[in-house]
Amino acid sequence: MANSSCSDVKVLGAWPSPFVMRVRIALNIKSVKYEFLEETIGSKSQLLLQSNPVYKKIPVLIHGGKSISESLIIVQYIDEVWSSGPSILPSDPYDRAIERFWAAYVDDKFFPSMQLINTAQGEEKAAKVEQVTEGLVLLEEAFQKSSKGKAFFGGDRIGFLDIALGPMLGWLRAIDKMGGVKLLDEVKTPGLVQWVESFCADGAVKGVIPDIEKLLEILEKMKGN
Amino acid sequence: MANTSSTTDVKVLGAWPSPFVIRVRIALNIKSVKYEFLEETFGSKSQLLLQSNPVHKKIPVFIHGGKPIAESLIIVQYIDEVWSSGPSILPSDPYDRAIARFWAAYVDDKFFPPLRLIKSAQGEEKAALVKQVTEGLDLLEEAFQKSSKGKAFFGGDRIGYLDIAFGSTLGWLRATENMGEVKLLDGAKTPGLVLWAESFCADGAVKGLIPETEKLVEFAKLLAARMKGGAPPKQ
Repeated sequence: MANSSCSDVKVLGAWPSPFVMRVRIALNIKSVKYEFLEETIGSKSQLLLQSNPVYKKIPVLIHGGKSISESLIIVQYIDEVWSSGPSILPSDPYDRAIERFWAAYVDDKFFPSMQLINTAQGEEKAAKVEQVTEGLVLLEEAFQKSSKGKAFFGGDRIGFLDIALGPMLGWLRAIDKMGGVKLLDEVKTPGLVQWVESFCADGAVKGVIPDIEKLLEILEKMKGN
Repeated sequence: MANTSSTTDVKVLGAWPSPFVIRVRIALNIKSVKYEFLEETFGSKSQLLLQSNPVHKKIPVFIHGGKPIAESLIIVQYIDEVWSSGPSILPSDPYDRAIARFWAAYVDDKFFPPLRLIKSAQGEEKAALVKQVTEGLDLLEEAFQKSSKGKAFFGGDRIGYLDIAFGSTLGWLRATENMGEVKLLDGAKTPGLVLWAESFCADGAVKGLIPETEKLVEFAKLLAARMKGGAPPKQ
C-alpha cells in the first residue's frame, strides 16, 4: 500500500519535461517518496533504453522493478496503486470519461500546437498563435463545465485533467512573459488564467514546476540556439 | 448497473467499416447491453454527430442517457465502469491495466496509422510502411506471449481491453494484405497472433462485427474513387 521504500519507486525523467512533471505531481498528491533519476539532455541512459525499449522516452516509472511508460498511463497507475491517498480521477464514470477526453486532447492536439511557438516567426508564428488560442478557448469552456465554480477541473482538489494540462500551461505562462504574444488572456480565458496560478501554487505542484524565472532562462537558451 | 435500460437510452453513432466503432460494439456485447446503432452516411456528417462530438466531429460517439462520449478507448473504459456487474474488460491488477493501456495506445499511435496507408502506397514508401507494420506485429507478438500467459487472449481466458483495441483492426489488416498483395500476419514470425486472431474473430462478442475482406476491399475502392475527384466534400 502506501509504504514503499524510496528506492522501490523511481522516476526516470528530466525536470523541464511537462510529461515528467505530471508523474511527479501525481506521486506528490499520494505522498509517495521516490528516487528521481535525471536523464542527461542529449543522451539516453541504459536504464531508459531497457525500461522503455518501445519509445525510449521519458517519463518512465519503475515500481518494484516493473517499468511503466506514457505519462497519462503512469498517472492512472499511480491513482490505482495508491488508492488510499486522495483520488486523482473522479469517481463518476461520465466525469472520468470527460477528463480522459480532454487529457487526450491536450496530448493529441493542444501540446503539438504549442511546439516551437516561441522560436517561430512572422506568418508561421501567427498561425501557431491562432491554433493555440483556439485550443485555449475550448479548454476554458471545459474548465467552466468541469470545475462548477471551484478552483480546479477536479473541483476543490487537483485531479487528472489538472495534472494533464497544468505543466503545459505552466510553460505557456513563461512563454507569454517573454513578450511579443499573449496566449493566456484574462479576457478570453479568465478561468484558465486564474486556474494556472492556483495550480502552480498548489502544494503538490510547487517545486515540480520551477519558478517563471527559471523557465524563462531555459526559453532564452532555446531561442539562442 | 446492469439494469435493463431501454434501447433508446444507449446509442452508438458509427459506421460498419470503422475499427474504432467496432471496439465500442464489442464492449457493449461483452456486457450484453442492447443499443441503437445509428449509421452515419458515408461522405457526410449528421447533425447529431456534429452536435455530440463538436471537437473532433468523428465516429464513434457513444450516447448514454443523452450524454455523449467520444474517443473509442475512452468509451470502452466508460462501458467497463458503468456496467461493472458484467464481465470485466480491463484487468483488475494495476500493472496489467497499465500494460494493456500502453499497447492499446501503441495500436492507435504506431500500428494502425501506417497500416491504413499501405493500400494506396507504392514502391519505397510502401516498403517502409510494411516494415513499420511487421515490426509492430513482432512487438505485439511479444506482448501477447507475456500478457496471455498461455491462454487464448491478451486478457487471458476471455477477451479484454487490448484484445478489443487490436482485434478491431483485423478486418483492415486482412483487406490490406489482399489489396497490397503483401503478407503481414505471418504464422512463421507471429504464431501466437495468428491463432489469437482466429479465436478473437470467432468469439461470441465479436462475431459479425469484423467485416469480410471483400466488403472492405469494395469500400476501399469507393473511398479511393471519391478522393480522386468524385463529388465535392460535403460539410
